Amino acid sequence: MSMRRSLVALAIACTLGSGAAFAQSTGLGKPISEADIKQWDIAVLPDGTNLPPGSGTPAQGAKVYAQKCVACHAEGGKGGGSPGAGPLVGGAPLTNGIETPKTIANYYAYATTVFDYIRRSMPFNMPRSLPDDEVYALTAYILSLNKLIGENDVMDAKTLPQVKMPNRDNFIMPYPDRI
Amino acid sequence: MGQSKGRGPAPSLDPVAGNGLINRRALLGRGMAIAGAGAAATVTGAAAEPLKDNPWSLEMGGATPALQTPSRFEKDVTRTRTNPNNEFRNSHARTPHHLLNGTVTPNSLHFSINHAGIPDIDPAQHKLVIHGMVRQPLEFTLEKLSRYPLVTRTAFVECAGNSAPMFSSEPMQITAQAIHGLVSNAEWTGVKLSTLLDEAGLDPNAKWLVAEGADAHFLDRSVPVKKAYDDAIVAIYQNGERLMPGNGYPMRLLLPGYQGNMNVKFLRRLKAIDQPAMTMFESKTYSQILPGGRTMRFNFVMQVKSFITHPSLSHTLKEPGFYAISGVAYSGTGRIAKVMVSADGGKSWGEAALQGPVHEKAFTRFVMPWRWDGQPAILQSRAWDEAGNAQPLRAEFVAARGQTKQPVTNPVVFPNQHYNSLTSWGVDSKGEIKHVYA
Repeated sequence: MSMRRSLVALAIACTLGSGAAFAQSTGLGKPISEADIKQWDIAVLPDGTNLPPGSGTPAQGAKVYAQKCVACHAEGGKGGGSPGAGPLVGGAPLTNGIETPKTIANYYAYATTVFDYIRRSMPFNMPRSLPDDEVYALTAYILSLNKLIGENDVMDAKTLPQVKMPNRDNFIMPYPDRI
Repeated sequence: MGQSKGRGPAPSLDPVAGNGLINRRALLGRGMAIAGAGAAATVTGAAAEPLKDNPWSLEMGGATPALQTPSRFEKDVTRTRTNPNNEFRNSHARTPHHLLNGTVTPNSLHFSINHAGIPDIDPAQHKLVIHGMVRQPLEFTLEKLSRYPLVTRTAFVECAGNSAPMFSSEPMQITAQAIHGLVSNAEWTGVKLSTLLDEAGLDPNAKWLVAEGADAHFLDRSVPVKKAYDDAIVAIYQNGERLMPGNGYPMRLLLPGYQGNMNVKFLRRLKAIDQPAMTMFESKTYSQILPGGRTMRFNFVMQVKSFITHPSLSHTLKEPGFYAISGVAYSGTGRIAKVMVSADGGKSWGEAALQGPVHEKAFTRFVMPWRWDGQPAILQSRAWDEAGNAQPLRAEFVAARGQTKQPVTNPVVFPNQHYNSLTSWGVDSKGEIKHVYA
């Protein structure tokens, strides 16, 4: 193909928006296997997809909490140990006003969110340092403090997604057509 | 005013609305006409002094620096910070809109929110992976992304919590920076996200991408695939230079018009999935409580908004006479179509001139000529976007979204989010400016 012809072909490809043919040919992305992404692949979905093996109880969680969380979140999850650490327990009814502080008990739709956030972001000074069993245990401890599970309930990949969160059915989606 | 042969009738310099607003057409190449039309009668101040050369003109000037910074006389033009000691919590730095003009926010003054500090990322080590529901997971480096045909666009980025002090039941006496400083506007350059997704071979059943950053929170948000294919880019330049660290260096997601937090910074991973991940930031932080207690999920779009930056609180009108009222308008659904300005608290309105070009999902500056007569005035702006959305009046907004039960006293808390109603500046007879509700 002459230079002019290939330029015309490229122009047509771009004009027609056939980005796929163009993009697939760049070869700039380096193939990687899911196995090699595993350490990063931590997002847990509400139905429990991607929850890791392991388990924990509220009692086990209380011990971890006393070592690694209490400095900021204070005794019993009351919060206020450091300026950014809101309460982990309780929460006023959302009918109290638009400025009601949002908490796990009055707001979160899924218990998997608690697990995911602890595992990816806590403790603040040492994220990703907690073994999965400790994350399950802390999640169990916090859910138990909020009386969302029983004092002896074990949290694992099967039980955690089944926890019913009080605010789950209270959400409105303003833009369903954008999803 | 001279003749305007062949160019239509000369613009009217009559007031278009109460309290001295002048027809914006007076700005169309006939600026002198404004001065002539009314200022002749109101020349103020003493006659000018004879001119002399100043000392800085009479000796060799300073060295030309490698990286230039603003004049020492502009040292007060800075961002305001909420966590200067970097405690274990989030940090905000707000843009000083009342001290800037035009539409592009300088990189050093672009707002920045960091939930776990700013990571010190070595660009040579940083990687972005696209995986999950794709034909072939791929890894990209900054160097590889830089080899794509890049696209450039202007876009505002706005925190969902911008303007939150206006949820207060009483107007807080704080500047436009303190109220609206969590929105900025820049020219972003990067790779279209659709190009990268096509290269990885996105599964048609994938509905969401979990976008994750390389910060110490591994902050992540679920982004609809629809938005990814609409106008999303992976940005690697900001106003022509590499991204600022606080704005996501070396790469960030740019989702024009969507909540700032979804424009994930330090982007390291995009996982295609069939359901939203319900991360902490979408489950709680950037979700809103409505009056009555219902809650909003996936409130992506930053709706049409405008606010006057000049004059505004902290400025003083030194004397009656001519002023240009100006500010910024923007909408997450498209271009700004129209901005109306009032100087009498909304009793009457005149249409402001828009400085072009008007880009979609970007700042547009509006300008309104005004002759202040020295009497109290209330300045407001109200914007419309090309989709027909109007910036809601305060009464309408409060009816739909509520306000606090008690006046807010701390300007850096967020009673709620997605405030987009009007801002009103009350000018008193001394030319001092207060924040008012009208």
